[in-house]
Amino acid sequence: MGNDRFELNKNLAQMLKGGVIMDVTTPEQAKIAEAAGACAVMALERIPADIRAAGGVSRMSDPKMIKGIQNAVSIPVMAKCRIGHFAEAQILQAIEIDYIDESEVLSPADDKYHIDKTKFDVPFVCGAKDLGEALRRINEGASMIRTKGEPGTGDVVQAVRHMRMMQAEIRRIASASEDELFDVAKQLQVPYDLVLYVHENKKLPVVNFAAGGIATPADAALMMQLGAEGVFVGSGIFKSGNPAKRAAAIVKAVTNYNDPKLLAELSEDLGEAMAGINEQEIEILMAERGK
Amino acid sequence: MQIGVLALQGAFIEHEQMLSQISVDSFEIRRKRDLDKPFDGLIIPGGESTVQGKLLRELELFEPLKERIIAGMPVFGTCAGLLLLAKKIENDDRVHFGAMDITAVRNAYGRQLGSFYTQAEFKGIGKIPMTFIRAPYIESVYGSTNVLASVDGKIVAAREGNMLVTAFHPELNEDLSVHKYFAEMVSAAKNGYKA
Repeated sequence: MGNDRFELNKNLAQMLKGGVIMDVTTPEQAKIAEAAGACAVMALERIPADIRAAGGVSRMSDPKMIKGIQNAVSIPVMAKCRIGHFAEAQILQAIEIDYIDESEVLSPADDKYHIDKTKFDVPFVCGAKDLGEALRRINEGASMIRTKGEPGTGDVVQAVRHMRMMQAEIRRIASASEDELFDVAKQLQVPYDLVLYVHENKKLPVVNFAAGGIATPADAALMMQLGAEGVFVGSGIFKSGNPAKRAAAIVKAVTNYNDPKLLAELSEDLGEAMAGINEQEIEILMAERGK
Repeated sequence: MQIGVLALQGAFIEHEQMLSQISVDSFEIRRKRDLDKPFDGLIIPGGESTVQGKLLRELELFEPLKERIIAGMPVFGTCAGLLLLAKKIENDDRVHFGAMDITAVRNAYGRQLGSFYTQAEFKGIGKIPMTFIRAPYIESVYGSTNVLASVDGKIVAAREGNMLVTAFHPELNEDLSVHKYFAEMVSAAKNGYKA
């Protein structure tokens, strides 16, 4: 992968900013998402809430199903592969996916190594709980980062924790003196250059979205105010009573996340939100997969 | 001079940073009451045209902005912004502002693997960097629209009166010349010169 390709892939993430990326499992859902204002869709066979309920090994989706969604919409289409499963990633690149999510939502294929994403032309987004994870993924070639949150729960607490952690660490590095940065690099187990970038620019070198447990316009606004540049909504939309209306409301909430009056209007009459499960009731912590 | 940057979705911050580097003031337009503030020019950024088109209408920005564009307020659309200004999109039924005499093709270079970087001549400026991200191009221009740049035989920048469009993203590279070009258009319009 040339440096140009990495730049172009970071640039696509920049175009997605201020937008909502929605999980969809069928072409029909993809069309509903596009009509509701999704800036991209994530094509997957089962949304995280169902993956959680079904248990067992969860893998990359059927390429035919992904192609059906690619043909149904004009916005970018993303798909997930397992952590470390570079063969799944090669398959997704072969069908010209716009973004690959190397995702902890699926069962990890490798408990030590992530995919060497610098070997690919298509872009990758990866989850991170803290700044160290984010920079390690970027060093491996990820051109976009998202919080891990706790997918499929409808509980936003982990996404909040991860975003706050990342922002706090960024602030700490921004205010560190230059001779401290070497030790920061050592602690975070990341290259010095990436630490220097964060120190100088007070932000990640790539776009950073929120993901995991976002179920309402208020959740989306919360994540944006905490510093997310856009949001992924997985189970929150198609596990709710009125997906089209909820999706459209979340899209508007992301644009006007600082306007409580508008957020109040958007939050009215959305029907039932996904029931969700609390952090303490979960058996599998997906966020703990891949560090 | 004050430029409003449409900030519904996409790469609007990048435009604001370019304007700040050439010492032009700007502010974000996210909702109707943002239009109460006076401004002399409008930038429509890259992002997804479907998202921006929908939000423009639902947040009641569409008609007031369309009126200003038709009345001759200088406007600069990049990528999705080009599609929002086009009178016709070859492979999409949607027409948004429909103000500019161009026919565009959406996602004309295919998916992300078709995104590319190049350098090419821009009329009146010279050779500049051009970054295309899932970009459109202009299939044809008519009326009084002038072609400003072409890449591999495809039109990628054009101007009609006070409307400027690029299929590429000048806000993603360090070259400030296209933003300066637009700032001059705004300044000329403010001083009453007809483009």
